[in-house]
Amino acid sequence: MSKQPVSRRQFLNYTLMGVGGFMAAGMLMPMVRFAIDPVLAEGAAGEFQTTNQKVDELTSTPVRVDFSYEQQDAWYTSEVTETAWVYKDENGEVVALSPICKHLGCTVNWEGDNHKNQFYCPCHGGLYEKNGNNVPGTPPTAPLDKYPTKVKDGFLQLGKPEPQTIA
Amino acid sequence: MLNKIYDWVDERLDITPLWRDIADHEVPEHVNPGHHFSAFVYCFGGLTFFVTVIQILSGMFLTMYYVPDIKNAWESVYYLQNEVAFGMIVRGMHHWGASLVIVMIFLHTLRVFFQGAYKKPRELNWMVGVLIFFVMLGLGFTGYLLPWDMKALFATKVGIEIAAATPFIGEQLKTLLAGHPDIIGAQTLTRFFAIHVFFLPAALLGLMAAHFIMIRRQGISGPL
Repeated sequence: MSKQPVSRRQFLNYTLMGVGGFMAAGMLMPMVRFAIDPVLAEGAAGEFQTTNQKVDELTSTPVRVDFSYEQQDAWYTSEVTETAWVYKDENGEVVALSPICKHLGCTVNWEGDNHKNQFYCPCHGGLYEKNGNNVPGTPPTAPLDKYPTKVKDGFLQLGKPEPQTIA
Repeated sequence: MLNKIYDWVDERLDITPLWRDIADHEVPEHVNPGHHFSAFVYCFGGLTFFVTVIQILSGMFLTMYYVPDIKNAWESVYYLQNEVAFGMIVRGMHHWGASLVIVMIFLHTLRVFFQGAYKKPRELNWMVGVLIFFVMLGLGFTGYLLPWDMKALFATKVGIEIAAATPFIGEQLKTLLAGHPDIIGAQTLTRFFAIHVFFLPAALLGLMAAHFIMIRRQGISGPL
């Protein structure tokens, strides 16, 4: 026995709170895990979607490529369409940029509103260079996201857009 | 840290008496199973409340995935049960708890009845208790339809036919419940969902508050 024995009241307090806490945890743990499941779910592996764009026909001028695929959203399956701006750079490499503005998520257009050789966002006047770099002094703070690309049977395939870090 | 926060609030709002009133309330010897084991019969009311709390919590979490629509209801239940982590457990708690709450409330009713605890001055609390029992049956009836499987559909068809057998206003009552004179369908499901998660729980909370306040006012009925 130590010099400060636990009083009967303290002992009961600890026991009751321990047992009560254990029961509450046993009740709440499944519910909380159930609720946070989407946060812990494994992200779907970046699947490549095939587009109708022939790689041979790409030039150094960005073209708009729309592509559709089947999207599984829990119990709901639907066909969604996404867009990429695609061109060949000076080395002949295919570049596919996401049209989603890095400011607030509007959709950018190549040479929109007569901005020569730039991507233009109509919402707040954001501008990007051809390689996706944001023009300083306009709202966006990061370059446009870039699609990973693949070629299959001469057609362009696009993966999940990734942020660019070029300066 | 927690003590300091508590003291800060208590100094301003004097919250100690609020919970002391419950924590220091003495349980009479004749209802304490530690003194007389047979006093466990007094636990059924508290157990009903405990299971009700589980029902409210698990129900709140289930609505994160459930959709009250005839095209998606079954699919969403299938998804939450088979794809979401612990979905089987959370839905299981709500499913089995629903039966358990009826069992507990029935045992509680039997205890009050056979001990004559409903007699003067506790008649009002008996009436409120009967209303709680009806609300619980309503929750069970409306909740049964929500998974929108064949069992749910045909059980509800039977239930609505029972309501339609009411003298004079049977047909109106049937339409009021189903949302359509002939079809048990889209409108029935949304109605039952609304009744199950908003109307009846609100009524239940109000009635339970009245039930508990009356118990504190009148005290537990004396030893037999």
